[in-house]
Amino acid sequence: MKINRRRFLKLTAATAVATAFGGLGFVPDAQALDRVAMLGPKWSRQTTSICPYCGVGCGLIVNTDLKTRRAINTEGDPDHPINEGSTCAKGASIWQLAENDERPPRPRYRAPYSTEWKEVSWEWALGEIAKRVKKTRDATFTLKNAKGQVVNRCNGIASVGSAAIDNEECWAYQSILRSLGLVYVEHQARICHSSTVPALAESFGRGAMTNHWNDIANSDCVLVMGSNAAENHPISFKWVTRAMHKGAKLINLDPRFTRTSSRADLHCHIRAGTDIAILGGLIKYILDNDLIQKDYVLTHTNGSTLVGEKFGFNDGLFTGYTKNGDDQDYAGSYDKSQWAFDKDSDGLPKKDPSLKHPRCVINLLKKHYERYDIDTVSSVSGADKQKLLEFYRLYSATGKPDKAGTILYAMGWTQHTVGVQYIRTMAMVQLLLGNIGVAGGGVNAMRGESNVQGSTDHALLWHLLPGYLATPNAGLADYKTYIDAKTTPHLEGAKDPMSAAWWQNTPKYMASLLKAMYPNATAEQAYAWLPKAEDGKTYTWLQLFDAMSKSEFKGFFAWGMNPACGGANAGKNRKAMANLDWMVNVNIFDNETGSFWRGPGQDPKKIKTEVFFLPCAVSIEKEGSIINSGRWMQWRYEGPVPRGESKSDGHIMTELYDAIRSLYAKESGAFPEPIKNLSVDMWKGGHGFDAHKVAKLINGHFTRDVTIDGKTYKKGTQVPSFALLQDDGSTASGNWLYCNSYTESGNMAARRSKEQTPEQANIGLFPNWAWCWPVNRRVLYNRASCDNTGKPYAPQKAVVRWDGGKWIGDVPDGGWAPGTKYAFIMQAAGLGQLYGPGRQDGPFPEHYEPMETPFKAHSFSKQLNNPAVLRFAREALAVADPNYPLVATTFRVTEHWQTGHMTRHTPWLLEAMPQIFVEMSEELARERGIENGEKVMVESIRGSVWAVAMVTKRLRPLTVMGRTTHQIGLPWHFGWQMPHDGSGGDSANLLTPSVGDPNTGIPETKVFVANVRKL
Amino acid sequence: MSGKTFFVDLTLCTACRGCQVACKQWKKLPAEKTVNWGSYQNPRDLSSKTIRLVRFSEVEAGGMLRWLFFPEQCRHCIDPPCADVNANPASIIHDEATGAVVYTDQTAKEKDDSLRMGCPYDIPRTDPETGVVVKCDMCIDRVRAGMLPACVQSCPTGTMNFGDRDDMLELAEKRLAEVRKQYPTAMLIDPDMVRVIYLAAFPPESYYEYMEADASGVKPGPLTRKQFLAKLGSPFKRMTS
Repeated sequence: MKINRRRFLKLTAATAVATAFGGLGFVPDAQALDRVAMLGPKWSRQTTSICPYCGVGCGLIVNTDLKTRRAINTEGDPDHPINEGSTCAKGASIWQLAENDERPPRPRYRAPYSTEWKEVSWEWALGEIAKRVKKTRDATFTLKNAKGQVVNRCNGIASVGSAAIDNEECWAYQSILRSLGLVYVEHQARICHSSTVPALAESFGRGAMTNHWNDIANSDCVLVMGSNAAENHPISFKWVTRAMHKGAKLINLDPRFTRTSSRADLHCHIRAGTDIAILGGLIKYILDNDLIQKDYVLTHTNGSTLVGEKFGFNDGLFTGYTKNGDDQDYAGSYDKSQWAFDKDSDGLPKKDPSLKHPRCVINLLKKHYERYDIDTVSSVSGADKQKLLEFYRLYSATGKPDKAGTILYAMGWTQHTVGVQYIRTMAMVQLLLGNIGVAGGGVNAMRGESNVQGSTDHALLWHLLPGYLATPNAGLADYKTYIDAKTTPHLEGAKDPMSAAWWQNTPKYMASLLKAMYPNATAEQAYAWLPKAEDGKTYTWLQLFDAMSKSEFKGFFAWGMNPACGGANAGKNRKAMANLDWMVNVNIFDNETGSFWRGPGQDPKKIKTEVFFLPCAVSIEKEGSIINSGRWMQWRYEGPVPRGESKSDGHIMTELYDAIRSLYAKESGAFPEPIKNLSVDMWKGGHGFDAHKVAKLINGHFTRDVTIDGKTYKKGTQVPSFALLQDDGSTASGNWLYCNSYTESGNMAARRSKEQTPEQANIGLFPNWAWCWPVNRRVLYNRASCDNTGKPYAPQKAVVRWDGGKWIGDVPDGGWAPGTKYAFIMQAAGLGQLYGPGRQDGPFPEHYEPMETPFKAHSFSKQLNNPAVLRFAREALAVADPNYPLVATTFRVTEHWQTGHMTRHTPWLLEAMPQIFVEMSEELARERGIENGEKVMVESIRGSVWAVAMVTKRLRPLTVMGRTTHQIGLPWHFGWQMPHDGSGGDSANLLTPSVGDPNTGIPETKVFVANVRKL
Repeated sequence: MSGKTFFVDLTLCTACRGCQVACKQWKKLPAEKTVNWGSYQNPRDLSSKTIRLVRFSEVEAGGMLRWLFFPEQCRHCIDPPCADVNANPASIIHDEATGAVVYTDQTAKEKDDSLRMGCPYDIPRTDPETGVVVKCDMCIDRVRAGMLPACVQSCPTGTMNFGDRDDMLELAEKRLAEVRKQYPTAMLIDPDMVRVIYLAAFPPESYYEYMEADASGVKPGPLTRKQFLAKLGSPFKRMTS
């Protein structure tokens, strides 16, 4: 790493001062003075790191004792542009995560029917796991499916994980799993932000947070809805606060009054599960009062595009609906071709810039939301009418060209059976108000894991390959068929010379990916080696655990994940695990997943599952990169060495793979070619797994001398940018989006320069600090911040502007001259989509009740729930059930993270938040005779957990459709395994249902029904 | 009167508790066994192992629900009353350069809870095992080394500020003027008496009974809080121990 000289000088000076005091005999606390001295280079080594918890990506300074190689101090990095030295409770505690006696020093094994763990050697553990992987793979490998299509798939093993590992490890892990033929490849991203990706991609083209943390300071109005940013992304409030100092309003809508609400100018209680109603009302308000940013809507969105005659909507259903039987996972499906645009003879969508045509998008939008009047919205949501109107008034004021409003959202929006459409609704609001691509605007999906953006980019998800390329399915029998199927819509779009239709480059990205995985194979060969999903079948998280509960798997990897607590309907997951022959659990500490066999209600003597626990290094003990919510790819360094015999995840996976591979070299086995040919040897250096080598491969290199536009690139040199990737095998790139991250100029993610142009300084851009995808562009869709002449709508905070011959400011989202190409270059038609015909549940968002609701009907239509929902018909749901009258939600607190696996093992954090609790209003507590602080039982139709009652004014009963409705909320951070005495309680996910959004299968863990009673 | 001072702007605090944990991290103070007692606040009180605590309080003020957060610590009084009740001069050092009030291991020899009872803010706590009385020492080791106190460094929102006293007083007045536009009764808490100056938008007692030096919490002891308060009321009479 580059040493930060300024700090070292400071610290050296510190040592001198301490000595001077010592000489005077003025040493009130000798040990304290030692602590400062220990930070000096004489005693310790200083490395930088990035916090392993949420997606803000705060910089840390780690000091490691030169003799013991153990961490002695970790604190915020004052030079880091995002956190400027600050840390929340979690970020402040990293030292205790690393220097923690709860960390098992070496692997452990639980034999079938055993009641205890046994410590084992790495060699034995990896050798035994390799044998089981091979045995299961060979026994369950499917070369051809029932229809005779080639699928090359290993059906008997599933994997979940991980957003907690580095980019290089994610990429390596997906390569390994796919070379083994797994299709059930899932992880945290499915259950946290999977709904974000198709919602934002449908609206704008890419599935990521549009802006970045520092940019929040540029906002005129910050809406926090579907999240609790102050609590779960605490350092975001550094930038929210800066915006507020400049006069920005902070608005917060939430079922609860939270730490975020405590700072808000306007807080409004709402019923969980009604955000589409509220935002639909906002769309109506904007349209009724003509508050759209008209030039933006006409120039940059499909507001003027005409929709075909077959599209229609009637009483909760769009045209083209077919109801499915109970035997199918999805309740119904739509024929989306009925929603197509009205096209001209060239196949391009027709437009009416006058916005008069009754079937132009903006008029269909008006018609769709005419039902969302303030009284109906207020009645369904339970929100106070005056507060809603104040919210609408404040937020829609950002439709003025020089004003920007931003939305910060997270799980409160994503985890619903209408999660994708929640986010779509806000994306549409932002397009109407001209808030996309601008400073202080955007739709900001706040990622909750330090590398969940990276693990999504690198596709630890069944439906994706790295770089958002689709996984192959059985119907796409060969490489050419796949390429044709994926590029045709974009080639169609590109017939409009204004549309860049960037995805027409898919062949270059796919060919380069296959070359990175299988360097000695042709694209055709390598494609054949990839496992193929069944046509029309999805393999999402809930379906994975449903398959496990039906004993479809023998083997299971839980890598850096804790589904026994983290998954919806956790009790089902825990039971399902007993159906496995073997499980591999890779983590820092033991957890409820690896130890499921000794959990509550389990009899180890009846559970056959063998479990291997492999201890991994913590983030400050290894090198590699992670990418934060704002897409900043940041390099971390090894401070202390891995504690005990723990290893980095990269070392664990490659050593395991070597063991599997040597078995396939020695013995015959099913379909060995992908295993023999995977590029794993290119990932290793003198000490095994080498993050630099993998990072370089992810960026990509030329596989032979190539001349492009007259310039020759030598074989083996790094590809400078994805514009130079080729479709003929002459380039290898593990992920085209990351091409430009590790070039011949070096490791871009490791950069620490704060150099800025005045334009960049004006809006807080740090283009020379770390790197961000794509091609270091910090604000996505930034060309939309200008009109068609390249003049910024908000000149006082321009992101880019056209300077006659070039763009100034951020890296433009497409370098073409203004007015020559549309701004949303990833869309086939080049426009922001107010009307989005590509989703499973409709082109316009519509309010449906959650799958569990106290109501039999609602005011918007006769269709109670999402008609295309993912559900398992045999699992009972409580609907208008008097036994479960309360609307319940789950949430997180600052002091814990996710299932609490890491934070419950950190004593300082457990001290601050020791036990599960349930928040309820004083009114509800009075009705039930419950006192603040007493233990109560919370029950849903699936399970129950005890919790400490937190009786608070921060929750209040709402009047919903004429009925008093109580809400409760529980944090889901707790589990029986830690604290060891069980005093923390268990997971709130024992209560939540296994139902999901039809687009991505994200579980509806943010709203269900429950009851609470005195113990 | 120079030295160092904290300015704590409570209108900005989000209770992320970065400061509470950063304090323990720097000093390697152990965690306590706690239970949820119907509040986010934990540990429930200050102790020899928790010398900095974010207190939570729900109140209704100005017709609205407020969730008030109060990161509590030793105020490093300009004229520290605790330094008048100590029997042993070596138990408290009043650092001239910074104004930090620093307790030494000699506090173990002090009688009963005399230091705590002498404190108008009810801060000092005795380690039950060693008898040593413990409280915030302004991270004097860090401050002497040119670093910020751990709590200040950790603060994301600008709630915690630290610097030369004149600068902090200036910042405090500036922020007070700004905050008063929205909350006309906002006030600085005991700014002339202490080196940890809180800016509170709401009445001090709505945050915590000992936020402001106050006689209401009189406890029996060799001297009453009232008597100490009388001393506090006559500042600048002496600077150091």
